[in-house]
Amino acid sequence: MNSLVTPDWGLVLWTTVSFFVLFLLLAKFAWKPIMSAITERERSIEDSLLKAEAAKEEMARLTNENEALLKQARAERDVILHEAKKVKDQIVSDAKETAHKEAARMIELARVEINNQKAIAMADVKNQVATLSLEIAEKVLKQQLADQKKQDELVSQLLKEVKL
Amino acid sequence: MYKSSILKSKIFRGLQIFCVFLTLTAFLTPAFAQEKPTQELENGTEKKFEPSEVILEHIADSHYFHIGGEIAFPLPVILYTDKGLEIFSSEHFDHGHANYAGKYHTYSLVNDKVTITDGSGSLTDLSITRNIVSMWMSIILLLIIFLSVASAYKKREGQAPKGLQSFMEPIILFVRDDIARPNIGYKYQRFMPVLLTMFFFIWINNLIGLVPFFPGGSNLTGNIAVTLVLSVITLFMVNLNGNKHYWAHVFIPADVPKWIWPLWWVIELVGIISKPFALMIRLFANITAGHIIVLSLISLIFVFKSIAIAPVSVAFVVFMDVLELLVAALQAFIFTLLTALFIGTAIEEAHH
Repeated sequence: MNSLVTPDWGLVLWTTVSFFVLFLLLAKFAWKPIMSAITERERSIEDSLLKAEAAKEEMARLTNENEALLKQARAERDVILHEAKKVKDQIVSDAKETAHKEAARMIELARVEINNQKAIAMADVKNQVATLSLEIAEKVLKQQLADQKKQDELVSQLLKEVKL
Repeated sequence: MYKSSILKSKIFRGLQIFCVFLTLTAFLTPAFAQEKPTQELENGTEKKFEPSEVILEHIADSHYFHIGGEIAFPLPVILYTDKGLEIFSSEHFDHGHANYAGKYHTYSLVNDKVTITDGSGSLTDLSITRNIVSMWMSIILLLIIFLSVASAYKKREGQAPKGLQSFMEPIILFVRDDIARPNIGYKYQRFMPVLLTMFFFIWINNLIGLVPFFPGGSNLTGNIAVTLVLSVITLFMVNLNGNKHYWAHVFIPADVPKWIWPLWWVIELVGIISKPFALMIRLFANITAGHIIVLSLISLIFVFKSIAIAPVSVAFVVFMDVLELLVAALQAFIFTLLTALFIGTAIEEAHH
Protein backbone atom coordinates (compact mmCIF):
# COMPACT_ATOMS: atom_id res chain seq x y z
CA MET A 1 0.00 0.00 0.00
CA ASN A 2 2.91 2.29 0.76
CA SER A 3 4.23 1.97 -2.79
CA LEU A 4 0.86 3.10 -4.08
CA VAL A 5 1.11 6.57 -2.53
CA THR A 6 4.85 7.07 -3.02
CA PRO A 7 5.43 9.05 -6.17
CA ASP A 8 7.83 7.39 -8.57
CA TRP A 9 10.26 10.20 -9.51
CA GLY A 10 10.97 8.77 -12.93
CA LEU A 11 7.29 8.90 -13.74
CA VAL A 12 7.08 12.43 -12.28
CA LEU A 13 9.90 13.56 -14.56
CA TRP A 14 8.51 11.92 -17.71
CA THR A 15 4.97 13.10 -16.99
CA THR A 16 6.16 16.68 -16.52
CA VAL A 17 8.17 16.64 -19.75
CA SER A 18 5.44 14.87 -21.73
CA PHE A 19 2.66 17.08 -20.41
CA PHE A 20 4.57 20.25 -21.26
CA VAL A 21 5.36 19.00 -24.76
CA LEU A 22 1.71 18.07 -25.23
CA PHE A 23 0.62 21.43 -23.85
CA LEU A 24 2.96 23.41 -26.11
CA LEU A 25 2.03 21.44 -29.23
CA LEU A 26 -1.72 21.58 -28.56
CA ALA A 27 -1.63 25.23 -27.50
CA LYS A 28 0.17 26.28 -30.66
CA PHE A 29 -1.33 23.95 -33.26
CA ALA A 30 -4.75 23.06 -31.89
CA TRP A 31 -6.20 25.34 -29.21
CA LYS A 32 -5.11 28.58 -30.83
CA PRO A 33 -6.68 27.94 -34.26
CA ILE A 34 -9.69 26.16 -32.73
CA MET A 35 -10.51 28.85 -30.18
CA SER A 36 -9.97 31.68 -32.65
CA ALA A 37 -12.12 29.89 -35.25
CA ILE A 38 -14.89 29.34 -32.71
CA THR A 39 -14.73 32.93 -31.50
CA GLU A 40 -14.63 34.18 -35.07
CA ARG A 41 -17.63 32.09 -36.02
CA GLU A 42 -19.57 33.15 -32.95
CA ARG A 43 -18.84 36.76 -33.76
CA SER A 44 -19.92 36.32 -37.36
CA ILE A 45 -23.13 34.60 -36.24
CA GLU A 46 -23.85 37.44 -33.82
CA ASP A 47 -23.06 39.96 -36.53
CA SER A 48 -25.33 38.19 -38.96
CA LEU A 49 -28.16 38.14 -36.43
CA LEU A 50 -27.71 41.84 -35.73
CA LYS A 51 -27.58 42.54 -39.45
CA ALA A 52 -30.72 40.50 -40.02
CA GLU A 53 -32.44 42.48 -37.26
CA ALA A 54 -31.26 45.74 -38.81
CA ALA A 55 -32.39 44.58 -42.24
CA LYS A 56 -35.79 43.72 -40.78
CA GLU A 57 -36.06 47.18 -39.24
CA GLU A 58 -34.91 48.77 -42.48
CA MET A 59 -37.49 46.72 -44.32
CA ALA A 60 -40.23 47.85 -41.94
CA ARG A 61 -39.06 51.43 -42.31
CA LEU A 62 -39.07 51.12 -46.09
CA THR A 63 -42.54 49.58 -46.05
CA ASN A 64 -43.78 52.42 -43.88
CA GLU A 65 -42.12 54.92 -46.14
CA ASN A 66 -43.62 53.26 -49.18
CA GLU A 67 -47.02 53.33 -47.63
CA ALA A 68 -46.63 56.99 -46.76
CA LEU A 69 -45.44 57.71 -50.27
CA LEU A 70 -48.36 55.79 -51.69
CA LYS A 71 -50.76 57.73 -49.51
CA GLN A 72 -49.19 61.00 -50.53
CA ALA A 73 -49.27 59.98 -54.16
CA ARG A 74 -52.92 59.08 -53.85
CA ALA A 75 -53.69 62.43 -52.24
CA GLU A 76 -51.75 64.21 -54.95
CA ARG A 77 -53.53 62.25 -57.64
CA ASP A 78 -56.85 63.23 -56.10
CA VAL A 79 -55.83 66.88 -56.07
CA ILE A 80 -54.64 66.69 -59.65
CA LEU A 81 -57.80 64.95 -60.76
CA HIS A 82 -59.87 67.52 -58.96
CA GLU A 83 -57.98 70.36 -60.57
CA ALA A 84 -58.18 68.72 -63.95
CA LYS A 85 -61.90 68.42 -63.54
CA LYS A 86 -62.13 72.08 -62.64
CA VAL A 87 -60.06 73.04 -65.65
CA LYS A 88 -62.17 70.84 -67.84
CA ASP A 89 -65.34 72.43 -66.52
CA GLN A 90 -63.82 75.85 -67.10
CA ILE A 91 -62.83 74.93 -70.61
CA VAL A 92 -66.22 73.48 -71.35
CA SER A 93 -68.01 76.50 -69.96
CA ASP A 94 -65.66 78.86 -71.79
CA ALA A 95 -66.22 76.95 -74.99
CA LYS A 96 -69.94 77.08 -74.47
CA GLU A 97 -69.81 80.83 -73.93
CA THR A 98 -67.64 81.38 -76.97
CA ALA A 99 -69.96 79.21 -79.00
CA HIS A 100 -72.95 81.19 -77.80
CA LYS A 101 -71.27 84.43 -78.67
CA GLU A 102 -70.24 83.17 -82.07
CA ALA A 103 -73.67 81.86 -82.71
CA ALA A 104 -75.20 85.18 -81.73
CA ARG A 105 -72.75 87.00 -83.97
CA MET A 106 -73.51 84.66 -86.86
CA ILE A 107 -77.21 85.06 -86.36
CA GLU A 108 -76.77 88.81 -86.31
CA LEU A 109 -74.75 88.69 -89.46
CA ALA A 110 -77.31 86.47 -91.07
CA ARG A 111 -80.04 88.80 -90.07
CA VAL A 112 -78.21 91.79 -91.57
CA GLU A 113 -77.56 89.79 -94.67
CA ILE A 114 -81.15 88.76 -94.84
CA ASN A 115 -82.25 92.34 -94.42
CA ASN A 116 -79.84 93.44 -97.10
CA GLN A 117 -80.98 90.75 -99.42
CA LYS A 118 -84.53 91.60 -98.57
CA ALA A 119 -83.88 95.25 -99.36
CA ILE A 120 -82.19 94.32 -102.58
CA ALA A 121 -85.04 91.99 -103.40
CA MET A 122 -87.57 94.64 -102.52
CA ALA A 123 -85.76 97.16 -104.71
CA ASP A 124 -85.76 94.69 -107.46
CA VAL A 125 -89.41 93.95 -106.98
CA LYS A 126 -90.11 97.66 -106.91
CA ASN A 127 -88.22 98.10 -110.14
CA GLN A 128 -90.07 95.22 -111.66
CA VAL A 129 -93.34 96.61 -110.41
CA ALA A 130 -92.45 100.04 -111.73
CA THR A 131 -91.48 98.62 -115.07
CA LEU A 132 -94.56 96.51 -115.16
CA SER A 133 -96.69 99.45 -114.07
CA LEU A 134 -95.13 101.60 -116.77
CA GLU A 135 -95.66 98.91 -119.34
CA ILE A 136 -99.26 98.51 -118.19
CA ALA A 137 -99.73 102.19 -118.13
CA GLU A 138 -98.21 102.47 -121.62
CA LYS A 139 -100.46 99.72 -122.84
CA VAL A 140 -103.49 101.30 -121.16
CA LEU A 141 -102.61 104.67 -122.52
CA LYS A 142 -102.00 103.21 -125.90
CA GLN A 143 -105.40 101.66 -125.82
CA GLN A 144 -107.16 104.78 -124.44
CA LEU A 145 -105.46 107.03 -126.88
CA ALA A 146 -106.18 104.89 -129.84
CA ASP A 147 -108.82 107.23 -131.20
CA GLN A 148 -108.30 110.93 -132.07
CA LYS A 149 -111.10 112.32 -129.98
CA LYS A 150 -109.78 110.98 -126.77
CA GLN A 151 -106.24 112.22 -127.50
CA ASP A 152 -107.61 115.73 -128.07
CA GLU A 153 -109.63 115.60 -124.93
CA LEU A 154 -106.54 114.60 -122.96
CA VAL A 155 -104.41 117.27 -124.50
CA SER A 156 -107.01 119.81 -123.73
CA GLN A 157 -107.32 118.63 -120.17
CA LEU A 158 -103.53 118.67 -119.73
CA LEU A 159 -103.41 122.05 -121.24
CA LYS A 160 -106.05 123.20 -118.79
CA GLU A 161 -104.02 122.00 -116.01
CA VAL A 162 -100.96 123.81 -117.20
CA LYS A 163 -101.00 127.22 -115.72
CA LEU A 164 -98.85 129.71 -117.22
CA MET B 1 -43.95 -1.35 -36.95
CA TYR B 2 -41.67 1.65 -37.07
CA LYS B 3 -41.64 2.07 -33.31
CA SER B 4 -40.95 -1.56 -32.64
CA SER B 5 -37.98 -1.52 -35.01
CA ILE B 6 -36.50 1.39 -33.03
CA LEU B 7 -37.06 -0.58 -29.84
CA LYS B 8 -35.36 -3.57 -31.38
CA SER B 9 -32.40 -1.50 -32.51
CA LYS B 10 -32.06 0.02 -29.04
CA ILE B 11 -32.09 -3.38 -27.43
CA PHE B 12 -29.66 -4.53 -30.09
CA ARG B 13 -27.32 -1.64 -29.36
CA GLY B 14 -27.54 -2.32 -25.64
CA LEU B 15 -26.67 -5.94 -26.31
CA GLN B 16 -23.73 -4.84 -28.43
CA ILE B 17 -22.35 -2.69 -25.63
CA PHE B 18 -22.89 -5.51 -23.17
CA CYS B 19 -21.04 -7.91 -25.45
CA VAL B 20 -18.13 -5.50 -25.80
CA PHE B 21 -17.86 -5.27 -22.03
CA LEU B 22 -18.09 -9.02 -21.70
CA THR B 23 -15.19 -9.39 -24.12
CA LEU B 24 -13.20 -6.74 -22.31
CA THR B 25 -13.67 -8.43 -18.99
CA ALA B 26 -13.08 -11.84 -20.51
CA PHE B 27 -9.68 -10.64 -21.67
CA LEU B 28 -8.76 -9.82 -18.13
CA THR B 29 -9.25 -13.37 -16.94
CA PRO B 30 -6.40 -15.07 -18.84
CA ALA B 31 -4.04 -12.53 -17.34
CA PHE B 32 -5.17 -13.70 -13.94
CA ALA B 33 -5.16 -17.32 -14.93
CA GLN B 34 -1.45 -17.18 -15.58
CA GLU B 35 -0.70 -15.77 -12.14
CA LYS B 36 -1.50 -18.95 -10.30
CA PRO B 37 0.58 -21.50 -12.16
CA THR B 38 3.69 -19.31 -11.93
CA GLN B 39 3.19 -18.94 -8.21
CA GLU B 40 2.76 -22.68 -7.87
CA LEU B 41 5.92 -23.26 -9.87
CA GLU B 42 7.90 -20.85 -7.77
CA ASN B 43 7.07 -22.40 -4.44
CA GLY B 44 6.59 -25.95 -5.52
CA THR B 45 3.46 -26.17 -3.38
CA GLU B 46 0.07 -24.67 -4.13
CA LYS B 47 -0.01 -21.12 -2.87
CA LYS B 48 -3.20 -19.49 -1.75
CA PHE B 49 -4.56 -16.90 -4.18
CA GLU B 50 -3.86 -13.45 -2.73
CA PRO B 51 -6.20 -10.94 -4.38
CA SER B 52 -4.53 -7.90 -2.80
CA GLU B 53 -1.13 -8.80 -4.24
CA VAL B 54 -2.54 -9.30 -7.72
CA ILE B 55 -4.61 -6.15 -7.57
CA LEU B 56 -1.74 -3.99 -6.37
CA GLU B 57 0.48 -5.46 -9.05
CA HIS B 58 -2.05 -4.48 -11.72
CA ILE B 59 -2.54 -1.00 -10.35
CA ALA B 60 1.14 -0.24 -9.93
CA ASP B 61 3.50 0.74 -12.71
CA SER B 62 5.52 -1.94 -14.49
CA HIS B 63 8.66 -2.39 -16.54
CA TYR B 64 6.68 -4.64 -18.91
CA PHE B 65 3.64 -3.89 -21.03
CA HIS B 66 1.25 -6.82 -20.77
CA ILE B 67 -0.74 -7.49 -23.91
CA GLY B 68 -2.65 -10.41 -22.44
CA GLY B 69 -1.82 -13.93 -21.39
CA GLU B 70 1.92 -14.58 -21.38
CA ILE B 71 2.70 -11.93 -23.98
CA ALA B 72 4.37 -8.80 -22.63
CA PHE B 73 6.60 -6.17 -24.20
CA PRO B 74 9.88 -5.54 -22.41
CA LEU B 75 10.41 -1.78 -21.94
CA PRO B 76 13.64 0.23 -21.77
CA VAL B 77 15.17 0.63 -18.32
CA ILE B 78 16.96 3.92 -17.76
CA LEU B 79 18.82 4.22 -14.47
CA TYR B 80 20.55 7.32 -13.20
CA THR B 81 23.03 5.82 -10.73
CA ASP B 82 25.66 7.43 -8.56
CA LYS B 83 28.26 6.40 -11.17
CA GLY B 84 26.43 7.25 -14.39
CA LEU B 85 23.57 6.50 -16.72
CA GLU B 86 22.55 2.89 -17.50
CA ILE B 87 20.19 2.02 -20.35
CA PHE B 88 19.10 -1.57 -21.10
CA SER B 89 15.99 -3.55 -21.91
CA SER B 90 13.83 -4.93 -19.12
CA GLU B 91 13.79 -8.32 -20.87
CA HIS B 92 17.15 -9.03 -19.16
CA PHE B 93 15.28 -9.28 -15.86
CA ASP B 94 13.05 -12.08 -17.18
CA HIS B 95 10.12 -10.83 -15.08
CA GLY B 96 12.28 -10.62 -11.94
CA HIS B 97 13.77 -14.08 -12.25
CA ALA B 98 17.21 -12.90 -13.37
CA ASN B 99 19.67 -10.22 -12.37
CA TYR B 100 21.31 -7.94 -14.90
CA ALA B 101 24.98 -6.97 -14.68
CA GLY B 102 25.30 -3.43 -15.95
CA LYS B 103 28.38 -1.24 -16.43
CA TYR B 104 28.42 -0.03 -12.84
CA HIS B 105 26.27 -2.36 -10.73
CA THR B 106 24.28 -5.55 -10.90
CA TYR B 107 20.55 -4.89 -10.83
CA SER B 108 17.59 -7.00 -9.91
CA LEU B 109 13.86 -6.48 -10.28
CA VAL B 110 11.98 -6.88 -7.00
CA ASN B 111 8.22 -6.33 -7.05
CA ASP B 112 8.69 -4.59 -10.41
CA LYS B 113 11.12 -2.11 -8.84
CA VAL B 114 14.74 -1.96 -9.97
CA THR B 115 17.24 -2.28 -7.12
CA ILE B 116 20.99 -2.71 -6.93
CA THR B 117 21.53 -6.35 -6.00
CA ASP B 118 24.34 -5.90 -3.47
CA GLY B 119 22.76 -2.79 -1.93
CA SER B 120 25.76 -0.52 -2.61
CA GLY B 121 25.35 2.86 -4.39
CA SER B 122 22.10 4.61 -5.21
CA LEU B 123 19.91 4.96 -8.28
CA THR B 124 17.02 6.96 -9.63
CA ASP B 125 14.78 4.94 -11.91
CA LEU B 126 13.96 6.99 -15.04
CA SER B 127 12.77 3.95 -17.01
CA ILE B 128 10.19 4.15 -19.75
CA THR B 129 7.55 2.21 -17.84
CA ARG B 130 4.12 0.95 -18.88
CA ASN B 131 2.50 4.15 -17.66
CA ILE B 132 4.87 6.31 -19.69
CA VAL B 133 4.29 4.29 -22.87
CA SER B 134 0.56 4.52 -22.23
CA MET B 135 0.86 8.27 -21.64
CA TRP B 136 2.79 8.74 -24.87
CA MET B 137 0.16 6.78 -26.77
CA SER B 138 -2.53 8.99 -25.26
CA ILE B 139 -0.51 12.06 -26.23
CA ILE B 140 -0.19 10.83 -29.82
CA LEU B 141 -3.92 10.13 -29.84
CA LEU B 142 -4.69 13.62 -28.49
CA LEU B 143 -2.40 15.21 -31.07
CA ILE B 144 -3.99 13.24 -33.91
CA ILE B 145 -7.50 14.13 -32.73
CA PHE B 146 -6.98 17.83 -32.09
CA LEU B 147 -4.62 18.60 -34.95
CA SER B 148 -7.16 17.10 -37.33
CA VAL B 149 -9.93 19.05 -35.61
CA ALA B 150 -7.83 22.22 -35.91
CA SER B 151 -7.24 21.58 -39.60
CA ALA B 152 -10.98 21.03 -40.02
CA TYR B 153 -11.53 24.49 -38.53
CA LYS B 154 -9.05 25.97 -41.01
CA LYS B 155 -10.55 24.12 -43.97
CA ARG B 156 -14.18 24.83 -43.11
CA GLU B 157 -13.73 28.39 -41.93
CA GLY B 158 -17.01 30.00 -40.90
CA GLN B 159 -18.96 26.84 -41.71
CA ALA B 160 -20.85 24.50 -39.39
CA PRO B 161 -18.65 21.82 -37.73
CA LYS B 162 -18.61 18.36 -39.25
CA GLY B 163 -17.59 14.85 -38.15
CA LEU B 164 -15.00 14.66 -35.37
CA GLN B 165 -14.97 18.44 -35.24
CA SER B 166 -18.68 18.52 -34.40
CA PHE B 167 -18.12 15.89 -31.69
CA MET B 168 -15.28 17.84 -30.07
CA GLU B 169 -16.70 21.34 -30.40
CA PRO B 170 -19.44 20.97 -27.74
CA ILE B 171 -16.86 19.54 -25.32
CA ILE B 172 -14.45 22.41 -26.00
CA LEU B 173 -17.35 24.85 -25.60
CA PHE B 174 -18.33 23.08 -22.38
CA VAL B 175 -14.81 23.63 -21.00
CA ARG B 176 -15.00 27.26 -22.05
CA ASP B 177 -18.58 28.11 -21.05
CA ASP B 178 -19.08 25.90 -17.99
CA ILE B 179 -15.56 25.60 -16.56
CA ALA B 180 -13.41 28.56 -17.55
CA ARG B 181 -15.76 31.50 -18.05
CA PRO B 182 -17.95 31.27 -14.92
CA ASN B 183 -14.99 30.62 -12.59
CA ILE B 184 -12.22 32.78 -14.03
CA GLY B 185 -14.23 35.64 -15.45
CA TYR B 186 -13.41 37.81 -18.42
CA LYS B 187 -9.69 36.90 -18.37
CA TYR B 188 -10.53 33.26 -19.10
CA GLN B 189 -9.00 33.21 -22.59
CA ARG B 190 -5.45 33.17 -21.29
CA PHE B 191 -6.10 29.94 -19.36
CA MET B 192 -8.07 28.09 -22.02
CA PRO B 193 -5.10 26.20 -23.55
CA VAL B 194 -3.92 24.76 -20.24
CA LEU B 195 -7.46 23.95 -19.04
CA LEU B 196 -8.33 22.23 -22.32
CA THR B 197 -5.07 20.27 -22.32
CA MET B 198 -5.63 19.22 -18.71
CA PHE B 199 -9.25 18.22 -19.30
CA PHE B 200 -8.63 16.12 -22.39
CA PHE B 201 -5.39 14.64 -21.00
CA ILE B 202 -7.11 13.42 -17.84
CA TRP B 203 -10.22 12.28 -19.64
CA ILE B 204 -8.50 10.27 -22.37
CA ASN B 205 -6.13 8.65 -19.87
CA ASN B 206 -9.05 7.77 -17.59
CA LEU B 207 -10.73 6.12 -20.57
CA ILE B 208 -7.57 4.30 -21.69
CA GLY B 209 -7.23 3.01 -18.11
CA LEU B 210 -10.65 1.36 -18.44
CA VAL B 211 -9.53 -0.80 -21.36
CA PRO B 212 -8.12 -3.98 -19.83
CA PHE B 213 -5.85 -5.09 -22.72
CA PHE B 214 -3.08 -3.70 -24.89
CA PRO B 215 -3.64 -0.02 -25.71
CA GLY B 216 -4.97 0.29 -22.20
CA GLY B 217 -4.18 -1.82 -19.16
CA SER B 218 -2.27 0.97 -17.49
CA ASN B 219 -3.40 3.01 -14.51
CA LEU B 220 -1.93 6.38 -15.42
CA THR B 221 -4.38 8.84 -13.85
CA GLY B 222 -4.62 6.51 -10.84
CA ASN B 223 -0.90 6.93 -10.25
CA ILE B 224 0.09 9.39 -7.55
CA ALA B 225 3.11 10.62 -9.55
CA VAL B 226 0.92 11.70 -12.46
CA THR B 227 -1.72 13.39 -10.31
CA LEU B 228 1.14 15.02 -8.39
CA VAL B 229 2.48 16.59 -11.59
CA LEU B 230 -0.98 17.75 -12.62
CA SER B 231 -1.72 19.28 -9.23
CA VAL B 232 1.70 20.97 -9.10
CA ILE B 233 0.83 22.54 -12.46
CA THR B 234 -2.37 23.80 -10.84
CA LEU B 235 -0.37 25.07 -7.84
CA PHE B 236 1.97 27.04 -10.09
CA MET B 237 -0.79 28.36 -12.32
CA VAL B 238 -2.77 29.62 -9.35
CA ASN B 239 0.10 31.23 -7.44
CA LEU B 240 2.09 32.60 -10.37
CA ASN B 241 -1.05 34.34 -11.61
CA GLY B 242 -2.16 35.55 -8.17
CA ASN B 243 -2.70 39.31 -8.19
CA LYS B 244 -1.98 41.99 -5.61
CA HIS B 245 -5.32 41.45 -3.92
CA TYR B 246 -4.71 37.69 -3.59
CA TRP B 247 -1.25 38.12 -2.01
CA ALA B 248 -2.45 40.95 0.19
CA HIS B 249 -5.12 38.62 1.53
CA VAL B 250 -2.41 36.05 2.30
CA PHE B 251 0.24 38.31 3.84
CA ILE B 252 -1.39 41.50 5.14
CA PRO B 253 -4.99 40.59 5.87
CA ALA B 254 -7.07 43.64 6.72
CA ASP B 255 -9.36 43.42 9.79
CA VAL B 256 -6.98 40.88 11.40
CA PRO B 257 -4.94 41.99 14.44
CA LYS B 258 -1.22 42.06 13.71
CA TRP B 259 -0.32 39.58 16.46
CA ILE B 260 -2.37 36.87 14.73
CA TRP B 261 -0.58 37.35 11.42
CA PRO B 262 2.09 34.61 11.89
CA LEU B 263 -0.66 32.10 12.62
CA TRP B 264 -2.61 33.48 9.66
CA TRP B 265 0.39 32.92 7.36
CA VAL B 266 0.67 29.30 8.45
CA ILE B 267 -3.03 28.74 7.81
CA GLU B 268 -2.86 30.43 4.41
CA LEU B 269 0.20 28.38 3.46
CA VAL B 270 -1.64 25.20 4.41
CA GLY B 271 -4.58 26.44 2.30
CA ILE B 272 -2.37 27.09 -0.72
CA ILE B 273 -0.83 23.62 -0.51
CA SER B 274 -3.95 21.72 0.48
CA LYS B 275 -6.02 22.85 -2.51
CA PRO B 276 -3.83 21.16 -5.15
CA PHE B 277 -3.08 18.37 -2.68
CA ALA B 278 -6.80 17.59 -2.53
CA LEU B 279 -6.89 17.59 -6.33
CA MET B 280 -4.00 15.13 -6.42
CA ILE B 281 -5.61 12.77 -3.91
CA ARG B 282 -9.10 13.05 -5.44
CA LEU B 283 -8.07 12.02 -8.95
CA PHE B 284 -5.66 9.34 -7.73
CA ALA B 285 -8.15 7.84 -5.28
CA ASN B 286 -11.14 7.89 -7.62
CA ILE B 287 -9.39 6.20 -10.50
CA THR B 288 -7.47 3.74 -8.35
CA ALA B 289 -10.61 2.85 -6.41
CA GLY B 290 -12.43 2.11 -9.66
CA HIS B 291 -9.63 -0.18 -10.78
CA ILE B 292 -9.49 -1.90 -7.40
CA ILE B 293 -13.23 -2.58 -7.41
CA VAL B 294 -13.17 -4.04 -10.94
CA LEU B 295 -10.13 -6.17 -10.14
CA SER B 296 -11.64 -7.31 -6.82
CA LEU B 297 -14.82 -8.41 -8.56
CA ILE B 298 -12.77 -10.40 -11.06
CA SER B 299 -10.68 -11.83 -8.20
CA LEU B 300 -13.84 -13.22 -6.61
CA ILE B 301 -13.87 -15.88 -9.32
CA PHE B 302 -10.39 -17.04 -8.26
CA VAL B 303 -11.03 -16.67 -4.54
CA PHE B 304 -14.07 -18.95 -4.80
CA LYS B 305 -12.30 -21.10 -7.42
CA SER B 306 -15.63 -21.49 -9.16
CA ILE B 307 -16.71 -20.62 -12.68
CA ALA B 308 -20.25 -20.30 -11.34
CA ILE B 309 -19.36 -17.01 -9.71
CA ALA B 310 -18.21 -15.58 -13.08
CA PRO B 311 -21.62 -14.37 -14.33
CA VAL B 312 -22.16 -12.48 -11.08
CA SER B 313 -18.68 -10.97 -11.21
CA VAL B 314 -19.03 -10.04 -14.88
CA ALA B 315 -22.41 -8.44 -14.28
CA PHE B 316 -20.98 -6.32 -11.47
CA VAL B 317 -17.89 -5.49 -13.54
CA VAL B 318 -20.09 -4.32 -16.42
CA PHE B 319 -21.98 -2.13 -13.99
CA MET B 320 -18.72 -0.76 -12.55
CA ASP B 321 -17.25 -0.14 -16.02
CA VAL B 322 -20.30 1.87 -17.00
CA LEU B 323 -19.99 3.80 -13.76
CA GLU B 324 -16.26 4.29 -14.42
CA LEU B 325 -17.08 5.74 -17.85
CA LEU B 326 -19.03 8.41 -16.00
CA VAL B 327 -16.31 8.81 -13.37
CA ALA B 328 -13.67 9.19 -16.10
CA ALA B 329 -15.44 12.24 -17.51
CA LEU B 330 -16.51 13.49 -14.09
CA GLN B 331 -13.00 13.47 -12.59
CA ALA B 332 -11.56 15.24 -15.63
CA PHE B 333 -14.34 17.81 -15.23
CA ILE B 334 -13.82 18.24 -11.48
CA PHE B 335 -10.05 18.56 -11.76
CA THR B 336 -10.34 21.20 -14.48
CA LEU B 337 -13.23 22.95 -12.75
CA LEU B 338 -11.40 23.27 -9.43
CA THR B 339 -8.24 24.43 -11.19
CA ALA B 340 -10.31 27.12 -12.93
CA LEU B 341 -11.97 28.01 -9.63
CA PHE B 342 -8.60 28.39 -7.81
CA ILE B 343 -7.24 30.51 -10.66
CA GLY B 344 -10.43 32.56 -10.50
CA THR B 345 -9.98 33.32 -6.80
CA ALA B 346 -6.31 34.19 -7.36
CA ILE B 347 -6.94 36.70 -10.14
CA GLU B 348 -10.21 38.08 -8.75
CA GLU B 349 -10.29 41.87 -8.43
CA ALA B 350 -10.80 43.39 -4.98
CA HIS B 351 -14.50 43.49 -4.29
CA HIS B 352 -15.05 44.79 -0.78
